[in-house]
Amino acid sequence: MAKEQHAYEEFMKGLWRENPVFVQVLGLCPLLAVTNSAINGLAMGLASFFVLLGSSILVSLLKKHIPKQVRISCFIIIIATFVTVVDYSLAAMLPVLHKELGAFIPLIVCNCLILGRMEAFASRNTLRMSIADAFGMGAGFLYALVALGGAREILGVGEFFGISLFGPNFDPWVIMILPPGGFITLGVMLLFFNWIEQRKINLDKQIAAEEGAN
Amino acid sequence: MGDLGWIFISTLLINNFVLAYFLGLCPFLGVSNKLEVSFRLGLATIFVMVVTALCAWVLNTYVLIYAPYLRLISFIVVIASVVQLIEMAIKKLSPTLFRALGIFLPLITTNCAILGLAIFATNKGYGLWEGLVYALGAGMGFTLAIVLMAGLRQECEKTMEMPKLIRGFAFNMIISGILSMAFMGFAGLFSSS
Repeated sequence: MAKEQHAYEEFMKGLWRENPVFVQVLGLCPLLAVTNSAINGLAMGLASFFVLLGSSILVSLLKKHIPKQVRISCFIIIIATFVTVVDYSLAAMLPVLHKELGAFIPLIVCNCLILGRMEAFASRNTLRMSIADAFGMGAGFLYALVALGGAREILGVGEFFGISLFGPNFDPWVIMILPPGGFITLGVMLLFFNWIEQRKINLDKQIAAEEGAN
Repeated sequence: MGDLGWIFISTLLINNFVLAYFLGLCPFLGVSNKLEVSFRLGLATIFVMVVTALCAWVLNTYVLIYAPYLRLISFIVVIASVVQLIEMAIKKLSPTLFRALGIFLPLITTNCAILGLAIFATNKGYGLWEGLVYALGAGMGFTLAIVLMAGLRQECEKTMEMPKLIRGFAFNMIISGILSMAFMGFAGLFSSS
């Protein structure tokens, strides 16, 4: 039972407390480059999710056989293998989407989030824990991508997943789907996260002070 | 020649790797707090990018026509090992140069701008010279962006009273957004011709 609880915690921490994007600020290149629409964000999120899960499982299984000195190279080769699988399967199954994401699918290899999880977690923990961690981190990354893509698509073209929201009178902010919009949207989202964290700290302080007074 | 010049200007300013393609953001945000350090990082990046373009061309022409599915893996492995070799050579031949650039070289290899450069150059079907010019433009564009960013950050930290909330990444992202907007202006340079 205790173990069950533990795996659940590993999963949950990726969603909020150690969210790879909003808290650790990792994996920015794919995050900003492809999120000009929610659907692209979703596709990139799922691709990264698959790579993260696959390489977590493999690294966790092979951790006893990988020599410590060359572990980073081994991780990168494992990750690159999974990325190649994703790249070719997407090209075969969803050619339009693959074209849209273009060179950014191969660039998942350089996502520091994935290498970071291999080094910090999968190579040190059991298979079960690694899977839980990969699910949490992957899901955290996925929803960050969709949130960013969604926000940019809504403001930039007035649509969400291709469905028009505001009718023909909406004047889109074209800048939001262009590169500067990506930086600014993420900046604002980080601000929002900082604000929530700050509020929580202040609340905790207040509660502690009140308890102290009682 | 006009073609090469166009490739250079286009990657340097209009399709700047950092500000238009979002490649190499980790060093761009992580190492841009000191002007001098970021300049040296930029120089090292230019160097690694030119080496990368050379490696990518060799691989593309002689190896990958037989096994295209190995593209990603071979790019990473070959680039990383060549950079490692060059690092050792520099250490032996010129300790001064090593002190200036050396520590950055292994770090840069795992940077997405490097792999991005190899992949973009392949997708565009560039030959050897085009690839080298492309790498030079991309590297100098990266240097330009990171030096500008470092200058802005240093100045802001010196002169501005920032609330605690906005400090750190959020502020840097917004500065980068504004910088990226400024670079978009260069897109007008060639639109008429």
